[in-house]
Amino acid sequence: MTSHNSSSPTNPGHGENPTHRADPASPLFGRRSLLRGALAVAGVAALPALSACSSSKSGGGSEASNAVSFGSNAAVPEPKGAYQTLFAAAKKATGLDINVNWVDHNTFQQNITTYLQGNPQDVFNWFAGERMQYFAGQGLVSNVNDVWDKIGGSYTDAMKAQSKGSDGNYYFVPFDYYPWAVFYSKSLWASKGYTAPTTWDEYIALAKKMKADGLIPIAFTDKDGWPAMGTFDYLNMRMNGYEFHINLMRTGQGWNTSKVSAVFDQWRQLIPYYSPGFLGLTWQEGANQILNKQAGMMVLGLDQIGTIFTGSNADDLGFFAFPEIDPANGQDSVEAPIDGFMVAKSPKNAAGATKLLEYLGTAAAQQLWLGSNPADIATASGVDTSKYTKPQTAAISLINSAKHLSQFMDRDTLPSFADPVMLPAIQKFLSSPGEASSILSNIDAQAKTIWATNG
Amino acid sequence: MAVTTLSQPAARPRRRRLKRYTKRDRAALTLMGGVPLLLSLAFVWLPALATVALSFFNWTGIGGFSDMKPAGVNNYRIIFSIYPEFPPAIEHNLLWLVVFFVIPAPFGLFLAHQLNKQLRGSRVYQSILFLPVVLSLALVGFMTELVFSPTQGLVNNLTGHAGQHNLIDWLGDPSLNIWAVLIMACWRQTGYVMILFLAGLKSVDPSLQEAASLDGANEWQSFRHVVWPALRPINIVVVVVTVIESLRAFDIVYIINQGTNGLELLSTLITANIIGETSRIGFGSALATILLAISLAFVLPYVYTTFRKDTRS
Repeated sequence: MTSHNSSSPTNPGHGENPTHRADPASPLFGRRSLLRGALAVAGVAALPALSACSSSKSGGGSEASNAVSFGSNAAVPEPKGAYQTLFAAAKKATGLDINVNWVDHNTFQQNITTYLQGNPQDVFNWFAGERMQYFAGQGLVSNVNDVWDKIGGSYTDAMKAQSKGSDGNYYFVPFDYYPWAVFYSKSLWASKGYTAPTTWDEYIALAKKMKADGLIPIAFTDKDGWPAMGTFDYLNMRMNGYEFHINLMRTGQGWNTSKVSAVFDQWRQLIPYYSPGFLGLTWQEGANQILNKQAGMMVLGLDQIGTIFTGSNADDLGFFAFPEIDPANGQDSVEAPIDGFMVAKSPKNAAGATKLLEYLGTAAAQQLWLGSNPADIATASGVDTSKYTKPQTAAISLINSAKHLSQFMDRDTLPSFADPVMLPAIQKFLSSPGEASSILSNIDAQAKTIWATNG
Repeated sequence: MAVTTLSQPAARPRRRRLKRYTKRDRAALTLMGGVPLLLSLAFVWLPALATVALSFFNWTGIGGFSDMKPAGVNNYRIIFSIYPEFPPAIEHNLLWLVVFFVIPAPFGLFLAHQLNKQLRGSRVYQSILFLPVVLSLALVGFMTELVFSPTQGLVNNLTGHAGQHNLIDWLGDPSLNIWAVLIMACWRQTGYVMILFLAGLKSVDPSLQEAASLDGANEWQSFRHVVWPALRPINIVVVVVTVIESLRAFDIVYIINQGTNGLELLSTLITANIIGETSRIGFGSALATILLAISLAFVLPYVYTTFRKDTRS
């Protein structure tokens, strides 16, 4: 066909032979009509897609005043089911229809900037700490002072402090949280006669003993990079105090100081007791070393290890507070990341959002959501603790004994610093501990540029 | 159609070349050329140029254009001076490229040549070797974890290195893990290259080889002087595919540890800085611009030589 066109270019189909003329014309038309058809089909296919897109966006808001939209980061079955139960109960209690947009946890987190500037749901899942204050400071969320007028009575001062932005307004309603601590298997410890250390020397002595007993003294796993941050946070808070730690996290200033380099020196003492190949292992593999009694103890969050010690194993999970290093600080700080809710900048149903949060801030709602979940505890006081497992009860007393709550490195500092800079830097330190000083001066240089530009 | 063709001869002497095509033809050509052109401009070149422009700004991704602060070449200065992940990332991307040229390319050709000999059950072999290509790279990443996990992985358990004292940390040792990843990447790439070469070999006229062997050429000689020259067009495709696959390497390492601790690649650094709760759009764009420059350094000479050869012939 192409050859026909180019060989007699001036009069395609103008030949003397009628069959010659008809022949190329019909496939030509055939192809064109096919093309036209394809275009039409594509157009038709695109239209509903587009309209679906726009309708789902506007559907994200709530037309009726008794509906509140909710952006959830809990698309996986385990917390999703609990939320569905909770929202059904919320409808009974408040009369609100809750339209939920379920999103995968990490996707939700990574897209939060775009999400909040686009068409966010009225209420959405988020975290306390710098992570909350940053978005409050950018004006991307509404304050929830109204909600706190009502729920304030059932929260501790530490919890209130974690819910405020730097301007003193409330931006966050806490829901559930969990402590980081040193976890172990109670039955293993009972059989070996170990007791919980409270000071650094006892901690190292215990690790030595465990090594002699053929155990991995400290299950430690950092393939994913973030679990090691918990150990850094505790070392820094125990050695340099909470104020120093939070300042370091919030301002990014002071990384290249002797105080921080002392933290890494201290950390170096632990590395010989860590799981072999720890940079290639996930926290699940580490927690299983505890469960299977291959390892003695592990610094982790209850939210993580609680999902490994389930059912009949739940009460076998024991823990102690990260040991004291400097008596001046004792064990006064607990790392206890708080999950909860925030309200978008311009919610379609502000009154409904407030009403929903007032309900979610009650002990009853939180208890309902927790159900038989042994990995978290409720943030409101007045929860029926008889339904808690032993680790949950112990978690409450650990947190209540704390003077300060920290949130975890990636929640207490700028996210653009935590994951891109600190995560690989700590991994680098763990694989070549001798290079701590050059790693720290590099962290310092990068921190300066990131805080200087905030972007 | 009849009307347009009848009106044409009058204008023929003056604008001969243009009038070769009817209005319909021209409309169709404009549409066929214009739509892809517009699409590639809108979805490839505009974003690429925007990325280059963004690399000279600092921006968190919050707010509009007014919130971008001009940064000059500062982002590039940071990358080349104090960004510790950058040198290993460049190194790994180039290592990836070299390994892909040294292992899967020749080995794929070897396999294709063997399969082309009409062995019994060659279709079965072909399917087995091609199977990894069907798997997504993300899946290959999961398989890498299953095979190389230090305590639970296949390799360490088969060779007795999963214990506490003699453990080989395939995924966590920063000098070792890139090789574990490359083994899996080569496993997949070999099948891909093989199928490309096999398609090329099928198009080589067997009578040429027959003639060569009648003339007394041994297998190597007939391959070297008959088959290899005929494969030239396929070779170019393989070169391009190899370059593309090694520069866009991402999925396997991202599944394993998001591209840190010995698995840094340019693509993972870009993601780490741009995709996140608070992004460094300018910094990430500068990294992307560097990747673009490297890609162009490979692609432009290729495009230049192919087009020159085409116009010559």
